[in-house]
Amino acid sequence: MEPVNMESMGHPEIYPLVLTTKTQEIFNCRIDEDVTDEQPYKLINKVDIFEDLRNRAAVSDFHPVKKIVQEYPGNELLLVYDKDFKYGLNFYLIGTEEGKENYLNPPEVPEEQEEYKEHIPEDVYVYKPPVSKPWVSLGSEKEIEEESVMESTKQITYMISQKRSEFGAPVKFSDQNASSVKDAYIECTAYPDKNFTLKQLEKDVSMQVIPQIKDTSTQTEWTYPKNATTQYYPREFSEEEKETLKQSKPLVDFLNNASISVEIALQQNEIMNTFIDDWKYLAEEEGTFGDKTDTHLKEYQSFTDLHSPTEKMITCVSWHPTIYGLIAVSVAVRLSFEDRVYFSGKLLLQPSLILFWSFSDPIHPQLMLESPDDIFCFKFCPSDPNIIAGGCINGQIVLWDITAHADRIENIKAGDSRSKKATLKPMFLLEPESNTEAMYIRHCAVSSIESGHKKVITDIHWLSDTFEINRMGSVFENRSGICCQLVTCSADCTICFWDIRPQKPLTPQTTEKKKEESIEIPFDVPSTFLHLDLSWKPLSKIRLSKGETSLDYCPTRISLNEDHLLYKTEDKTLTQSKIVKTGEMNPYHNLESGMANLLKPIDDFCTKFFVGTEDGEVIYTDWKMKKDSETGRLMPKKPVSIHTIHDGTVHTVQRSPFYNDIILTVGGWNMAIWKEGVMTGPLLQSCCAPKMYTSGHWSLTRPGVFYIGREDGYIDIWDLLEKTHEPAQSQNICITMITYIKPWIFSAKQQFIAIADYYGTLRILEIPWTLSRPSTNEMTSVNHYFEREVKHLEYVEQRKNIREQEKKEMELEMEKKKI
Amino acid sequence: MAEVEETLKRIQSHKGVIGTVVVNAEGIPIRTTLDNSTTVQYAGLLHQLTMKAKSTVRDIDPQNDLTFLRIRSKKHEIMVAPDKEYLLIVIQNPCE
Repeated sequence: MEPVNMESMGHPEIYPLVLTTKTQEIFNCRIDEDVTDEQPYKLINKVDIFEDLRNRAAVSDFHPVKKIVQEYPGNELLLVYDKDFKYGLNFYLIGTEEGKENYLNPPEVPEEQEEYKEHIPEDVYVYKPPVSKPWVSLGSEKEIEEESVMESTKQITYMISQKRSEFGAPVKFSDQNASSVKDAYIECTAYPDKNFTLKQLEKDVSMQVIPQIKDTSTQTEWTYPKNATTQYYPREFSEEEKETLKQSKPLVDFLNNASISVEIALQQNEIMNTFIDDWKYLAEEEGTFGDKTDTHLKEYQSFTDLHSPTEKMITCVSWHPTIYGLIAVSVAVRLSFEDRVYFSGKLLLQPSLILFWSFSDPIHPQLMLESPDDIFCFKFCPSDPNIIAGGCINGQIVLWDITAHADRIENIKAGDSRSKKATLKPMFLLEPESNTEAMYIRHCAVSSIESGHKKVITDIHWLSDTFEINRMGSVFENRSGICCQLVTCSADCTICFWDIRPQKPLTPQTTEKKKEESIEIPFDVPSTFLHLDLSWKPLSKIRLSKGETSLDYCPTRISLNEDHLLYKTEDKTLTQSKIVKTGEMNPYHNLESGMANLLKPIDDFCTKFFVGTEDGEVIYTDWKMKKDSETGRLMPKKPVSIHTIHDGTVHTVQRSPFYNDIILTVGGWNMAIWKEGVMTGPLLQSCCAPKMYTSGHWSLTRPGVFYIGREDGYIDIWDLLEKTHEPAQSQNICITMITYIKPWIFSAKQQFIAIADYYGTLRILEIPWTLSRPSTNEMTSVNHYFEREVKHLEYVEQRKNIREQEKKEMELEMEKKKI
Repeated sequence: MAEVEETLKRIQSHKGVIGTVVVNAEGIPIRTTLDNSTTVQYAGLLHQLTMKAKSTVRDIDPQNDLTFLRIRSKKHEIMVAPDKEYLLIVIQNPCE
């Protein structure tokens, strides 16, 4: 029996076998034990197969493949478990060595081929543009032919012309009625055609999709081609080229010719500005005169000292130069001289004060400066607002240094809430710094009683920091950069100059004296002016004497040349730069340093000044002393001019903030305006007012405006450009005499005026827009006014002379007549 | 040479004169009293303007010619005196 192989399936070496369980046990190829899915084959020895064949002969499972086994070349045959019955039976035998090898080591070639085939579809898609192919007609041509419109018949053309002989001949036209002549016309009458009564219900429309194309055209201008270049640096000549060019003759000639016309043009401009719009300039001036709306001073705040036991009056008012909303007021008891003497005991117990009021707290003063006696005038030092100098009723000058308390007054805001907190704590727990109740600040230094003034000091001024004077009154330049000298005038008919720097001791005795007189000073008083305390002597004294016999002039106010620059509040930046900053070396604490320098004298400095007296005179005098040839002593010069204009005490002698040489004097029942240098008389003198004038001040922003306070509590506002014979406005402020007026500028829009009265109330009023803003050309107009007045005075003088001449002539004639 | 300086000094000392520039025919400054960048700017711009003004005048009337050019602005007045080869520019502030 031939063994069956699987040749039909393409595998001639495979011989399927059935192996019983017994056979499996014998050959150790039990299903699922020896042969598994992982190892479905087993190598069986040929010898074992032969043995099985002998043992079991025809029963052996290997019987059908006996011949193959015998012919098998190798020793081991491969028996594979056919789990899936691929070849029909559960086992199969591989009959050739080759087959065995193939089974055990299957070639990898087919796998590679499979992998290769999978890669090809993943290649990058390569774009192939469409290739043009010849037109293939699909029958659309016929449709197009059918739908297109073409002319079916040939068109006939007619040409009609005249006979050649009639070309150019004159034409005669005539009218003819068409209906009268037969066959004169052919008509084609309209008739209803059935073809056109049909309504088209269907229509054939052909469409074709094409890309959108747009055609536009424009006309451009193409003038002519030109070259263009770009340049980065300007073309310039070098120095040598410039020099050579300068010397070339053509340039010289050109300049000579050109300069003529250029100079004419320049002069034309200098003569007159031809492009001014006259109408425009005219219109602005008129706008301000007629504007009367809101010209009253509005009350802003008022301060009264409610704590003082006696009735006080305000003698002097001064705004703090730098801090907004801070104003200082000096108060004095309102008693006549006899009453003062009578009550002198009581008065000693009450402190005389300068009160610092702030806008934020109208009830409690911020600071209170103590002085030995009532202060009648005081001023802040322009270079350091922490230094205040005041003149007492007893003739002493008092100096305060409030540098230590500067932060208190600088940061005044919402003081009310703090004071409420302070009252809750018991007194002994309060620290001095947190106590918001005003502190009494003792004065730093007072002048010497014997060598100073003997009577009340009526006016005190700081000298500008641009110059200083010596004993002779000669002017030197001030190197220290601070205001270090004062001038005072007093009712004892003297004007004194003081220096706050320590004076060089003339004799060694003075130093010993100082040691003896050293008094225990309280710890909280700064020692800035310790060297001056009680030993301060004036630098020079000028006595205003009327002559040998009569009483002397009693000065009440003085006005120096440089005053208006010190207190000019418009240029705040300038003053602030001069004021010493805290932290740096305060020159006032180191006053000795500037003394040793040799100072340069200033020539042609005007040492003359104006003085107003108690009797109403206005004196223009010189402070420079001259050496009397006889006695060798220093004598004051005689006054340059004296005018008795006012009927009462002159309480205001003030320079205008705009003009250095215009002075306002107010006293008695009238006021006068003077120009320095014009000695014949005042430029303007008002007539007697119904009520006495008690104070006055120039406006700080309007050159022609000034304020005058009256004894009935009215303020007269004068405007020189409006009326010069009477005040422009009058406003009631309080019920009693106004003792001091002081305006101040805080900003371009906010201006205040402080008005102090006899009953001790200080009122702050706001100056309205019309009074604070100057009109255009106001300064020049007021200047013109003053110049006109000066000319008027000159004319009056001339007339006087002429009159005198005439008078003399008349007298001569009279005498002649007599004879 | 001194003449040139003298003339220019005289012009410069007039009231309100801010600056003087002498420019050649191509617009390159020769002498100036202003700083460099301003000079170059004035020279370039005014040279072109003068050429334009000159051509305008001559277009209207070929026998006419530009003798003087004054430009009045809000702030100052610029005066240009042209010549065949040179240009004199003066800037003046006429207002007081």
